[in-house]
Amino acid sequence: MQATGVGLGAVAGVPLLDGCGFGGQQDKGGSEADELSGSFDWKQYDGKTIKLLLNKHPYTDALKQHKAAFEKKTGITIQIDEFPEQNYFDKVTLELKSRQGNYDAFMLGAYMVWQYGPPGYLEDLGPWMENSAATHGGFDRDDFYPNLLDAGKWNFKNGSALGGGKSQWMLPWGFETNTVCYRKDVFDKLKVEPAATFDDLIELASTVAKKAPGAGFDGMYGISVRGTKEWATIHPGFMTMYARMGLKDFEVDGGELVAKVNTPEAVEFTDKWAKMVRDSGPKGWTSYTWYTASSDLGAGKAAMLFDADIAAYFQNEDTPAAGKLAWHPGPKGPDGSLATNMWIWSLAMNSSSKNKGPAWWFLQWATSKEHLLWAGTKAQHIDAVRKSVAESGGYRKRLSAATDFIDTFDQVIDQTKIQFTPQKNFFDATTSWAGALQQIYGGADAKSTLDKLAGSLDERVNA
Amino acid sequence: MGGQATRRGRLRPYVLAVPAVVVCAGILYPFFVGVGYTLFNFSDVNPQPSFVGLQNFADILGSGTFWHSAWVTSLYTIMATGIETVLGVGIALLLYRSTLVGRLLERVLIVPLMVAPIIAAIMWKLFLLPEIGWVRPIVATFGWQGYSGTDSPFWAFTWSVVVDVWLYTPFVAVIALAGLRSLPGSPFEAAAVDGAGWWFTFRRLTLPMLWPYILLAVIFRSMDCLKMFDIIYGLTTGGPGDATTTVQISAYLEAITYARYSRGMTFMIVLWAAVFAISFVLVRYLSKVQRRAAEV
Repeated sequence: MQATGVGLGAVAGVPLLDGCGFGGQQDKGGSEADELSGSFDWKQYDGKTIKLLLNKHPYTDALKQHKAAFEKKTGITIQIDEFPEQNYFDKVTLELKSRQGNYDAFMLGAYMVWQYGPPGYLEDLGPWMENSAATHGGFDRDDFYPNLLDAGKWNFKNGSALGGGKSQWMLPWGFETNTVCYRKDVFDKLKVEPAATFDDLIELASTVAKKAPGAGFDGMYGISVRGTKEWATIHPGFMTMYARMGLKDFEVDGGELVAKVNTPEAVEFTDKWAKMVRDSGPKGWTSYTWYTASSDLGAGKAAMLFDADIAAYFQNEDTPAAGKLAWHPGPKGPDGSLATNMWIWSLAMNSSSKNKGPAWWFLQWATSKEHLLWAGTKAQHIDAVRKSVAESGGYRKRLSAATDFIDTFDQVIDQTKIQFTPQKNFFDATTSWAGALQQIYGGADAKSTLDKLAGSLDERVNA
Repeated sequence: MGGQATRRGRLRPYVLAVPAVVVCAGILYPFFVGVGYTLFNFSDVNPQPSFVGLQNFADILGSGTFWHSAWVTSLYTIMATGIETVLGVGIALLLYRSTLVGRLLERVLIVPLMVAPIIAAIMWKLFLLPEIGWVRPIVATFGWQGYSGTDSPFWAFTWSVVVDVWLYTPFVAVIALAGLRSLPGSPFEAAAVDGAGWWFTFRRLTLPMLWPYILLAVIFRSMDCLKMFDIIYGLTTGGPGDATTTVQISAYLEAITYARYSRGMTFMIVLWAAVFAISFVLVRYLSKVQRRAAEV
């Protein structure tokens, strides 16, 4: 009787869910890319229109400025819908789940592949890249930094390393390493140097917070980092320093993820981080997003920012701090590690797109040397995901105006990669982690808070 | 012919009811789809859902997360509704005797009501940010140097209530003012002739007769507070930690951020059941109060 009920429920329920556009993965088999043959032609989709869902970002601004070149080259028209980052991913999530294919391509990061990939929302770009009829001769995939390209490859198995398999779920478009940006004039006046170790950083932030206001930098605090209850608080400075200290978020044991956020070393690090922010960070830290954290640096309220190198770069123009900023890799780990977590703004194709051909034409153009070099030298599209662009004279000349930016980039790039363990419940884990960090910042005991977090994570991420 | 007319007459009520049935179905369909979600283990991690019966309800009702968020939701509802009711009725009493200033204030009063809750939350978030907002300098003049916005659980919760009160006290005031203006004049004239004082008149006449209006406002506000999302999420994202994580925010995190649709919908259905039960009790009480007020 019970089995009959279960069966009837399943039979009745799945169509109900499917009917609402929330069905499971629709494996249609094969790829539309395989239908293309002959030689590549930029004008193959002349007259078509594609719709893009993009985050409001300098990379998007650069694309908007340069899109006429693509439209002229291909005859494909681009329509762009832009949303601020606060609600961009909600929009993408709901759009993909609807499976309506209203947008053909969109921006995302590697972590989103871990969520959007398993249900089949993303088109595998591998077959498109493999087909010479679909990809122009100058695409040159080896020109991308390998870690960036690998971040778009995952086999959807919790704990499995990135880069495996042939599937390519996204193409890198722009990215961010996480480094320390500081006010050179403040450091010079206070006669202090960038920190070599994490303990030095804590000390330095405290010293600056105490001395800067008396040295003519009224209201300046020591170090700015993000603090809201979301994944974005964990991934920049915090995860970078965490990884440099040799710490892990999870380990795989017998196919199960085991949280390592409460090891004695992780507890000590987290407690120190929270204390550093409490003593030398901004008041109202739990409201701090990348925008508030970086704009405090630009406004002259913060002496240091441990966050995306480009977040600080955008503060180096038209702000009170413009021209006074300098970059540094940040503290090394005990073993000299400069392991750095990264964020990649990538482009992916909606698997429900009805214009996959034109969308792929756009993706390969937007990630091409042609566009990226233009965008990196004429607009604000940095860091470059292609080595040829990053090493080009024009690009380096432009960035050399920012003190030590290139030198810092060169120092960390080889150790810059996704430092998180790939897993499908990433957003749950990191949101909870940020919540625990906020509690410790508020005075909660680090060990018991992280023990509780680890216990609940073990249960949830393996569910 | 006559038979046809009779048949048409019999069918007419059903035909006329069709639009209403369609509208009701349109309202109820999404609800039942939502209920359907709760019976499956549907999430992005598990895109092929299977029937799990009431397992989601058992999981959620057995979790500390739910009971913590239920506690936060209840406290928020009681605090916000209580303060708004007292302030709203107080403002209505002040504005009742309309002077030119009073009439002007009436217009100013409804300004917050024109602001969308999420906009209000973002606006207040900017006000409250210690580094750039204007609240810190003001409280500093009163000697409070340790102000840190919504950093502590207590202040995150308190400021969330403050924003709700700022936004919705005018709503209560407008309803109470409408109620005051609809009260019959003769009992008050009689009380004045008998020499009754303000407090006696308020306690024995105004309040009992105004009570149905106040209760109406309480019902609307408490239902809204139980479902509150925009203000709290916009202001604190449910933090710090889980200090301001209401049932709605838990549902949002489950359904949108964590892509566990069935669990998110289960949170919502449990909340719906709670709101329905509380509203049912309050509405029945309202009927009683209305009857009693008519007897005053």
